[in-house]
Amino acid sequence: MKIQQNRYKAVVIGGSAGSFQGVTKILSQLPADFPLPIILCLHRLKHVRHGFVEALSIKSTKKVIEPYDKEPLKKGQVYLAPSNYHLAVELGNTFSLSTEVMVNNSRPSIDITFDSMAYVFRKKLIGILLSGANRDGAYGMKKIKNRGGTAIVQAPEECLISTMPEAAMRVTQVDHVMKIQEIVDFLGHIHKHY
Amino acid sequence: MYEVELAELKRLAEFIKTQYNYDFTNYAMSSFRRRVQRVIELYRFKSVDWLINRFSGDEAFFEEFVSEITVNVTEMFRDPSFWRELRDQVIPNLLLNHEHIKIWHAGCSSGEEVYSMAIMLSEMGLLDRVTIIATDLDKGILEKARKGEYALRNMELNKKNYIRYQGKNNFEDYYTVRDDKVYMNPELVENVQYRVHDLVNGPVFNKFDLVLCRNVMIYFNQVLQNSVLIKLHESLFRYGYLVIGAKESLIWCEIANKFIVVNNEERIYKKYRD
Ligand SMILES: C[S@@+](CC[C@H](N)C(=O)[O-])C[C@H]1O[C@@H](n2cnc3c(N)ncnc32)[C@H](O)[C@@H]1O
Repeated sequence: MKIQQNRYKAVVIGGSAGSFQGVTKILSQLPADFPLPIILCLHRLKHVRHGFVEALSIKSTKKVIEPYDKEPLKKGQVYLAPSNYHLAVELGNTFSLSTEVMVNNSRPSIDITFDSMAYVFRKKLIGILLSGANRDGAYGMKKIKNRGGTAIVQAPEECLISTMPEAAMRVTQVDHVMKIQEIVDFLGHIHKHY
Repeated sequence: MYEVELAELKRLAEFIKTQYNYDFTNYAMSSFRRRVQRVIELYRFKSVDWLINRFSGDEAFFEEFVSEITVNVTEMFRDPSFWRELRDQVIPNLLLNHEHIKIWHAGCSSGEEVYSMAIMLSEMGLLDRVTIIATDLDKGILEKARKGEYALRNMELNKKNYIRYQGKNNFEDYYTVRDDKVYMNPELVENVQYRVHDLVNGPVFNKFDLVLCRNVMIYFNQVLQNSVLIKLHESLFRYGYLVIGAKESLIWCEIANKFIVVNNEERIYKKYRD
């Protein structure tokens, strides 16, 4: 596997139905000093503000936090898009939240997070799209690819529901189709060569 | 497909600033970009320059554009636990030394937040002891707020929120339904004044005991948040309350040290120093 050293600045992971296990597995095997910020945009119940970030933190090697609006991104921190808000990253590396209409029936929408981060990080972004039952994230993956980033989808055969990664594969040429363990190894490799 | 670039967005905001009484130059770039991109796709313009040309001499179109740029999505009793806190802590506290309470909804959008307040106060028997001023920069959406008419399909969510808020009555008591629309009871808003007001360019126009500015400043960058917060501070009586959205924070603003946190979870602050 060819990974250019020092190339990346951020990782963004999108997931919906059936992605919780995958995300947990990735977070539990993440090196404790993994250097890049990781932004999670996962579909979640809109009226439940609490519990999710704690559930994700339990097995994670790093604490997961929900950023406030205009909070600066920190290296090596794991962030989760809060419920009922879209999450974007601004040039200058701060978060912005938005209550715009739902996109693909979702708020947070993966497309919005991916698109904004593609705009800011361009080729220095790794986008990962996991299991899910709708098409959110496909357009965002295309944006990541168009701006030179690296696009990874979870292998459809491993997904509980493969609609989401398949939709992304239809609209753009993804770089890697990987099982969760391969994604873990990929991130580990970046860590080693950072 | 045509994608708006940063330089064009800046040019657009500068153009509007010089030609009109609106200043979007310090809006959060991520959402401003999305909104402009959306307008351009909606009207099938080929570039930002097309959009700028389209403005010339057409006030109505420009107002439409402003409506499209602002994000008006709102709910009644958004964050029910916040409304419970308002009911159980903030309002009783204000009543300790106030006969009359002045409330400002800054960025009230289509008025759902105002109706939530009115319903809450009416259940507390306080409707005639308050003055409410509700403002927004978007004229079109303020017109909607004034009418108090909402799509029936939105009421399901509003009702769910009201139930989580643990209101006293049947939510349906507060409106009548005709076809696919609901009409809010006009008595609720007898003490409400709706006004067009721009938080960025507008003046400080009054002083209040309670200011709600929820999910408005998220559309601003840090520079603008700071300057708007200075105005909100000035618009509050000493020991008055400021409430912001569930995931907003003041800590990046200099003037934050003139507030104390009353409830961190629900983002309720109190003006502590002039
Ligand atoms: C998402 S809505 C918030 C509605 C309500 N406060 C809530 O939390 O649900 C944001 C509102 O802020 C208004 N707004 C944006 N910029 C503004 C400005 N400079 N001055 C006043 N209102 C503004 C928009 O028109 C929009 O109606």
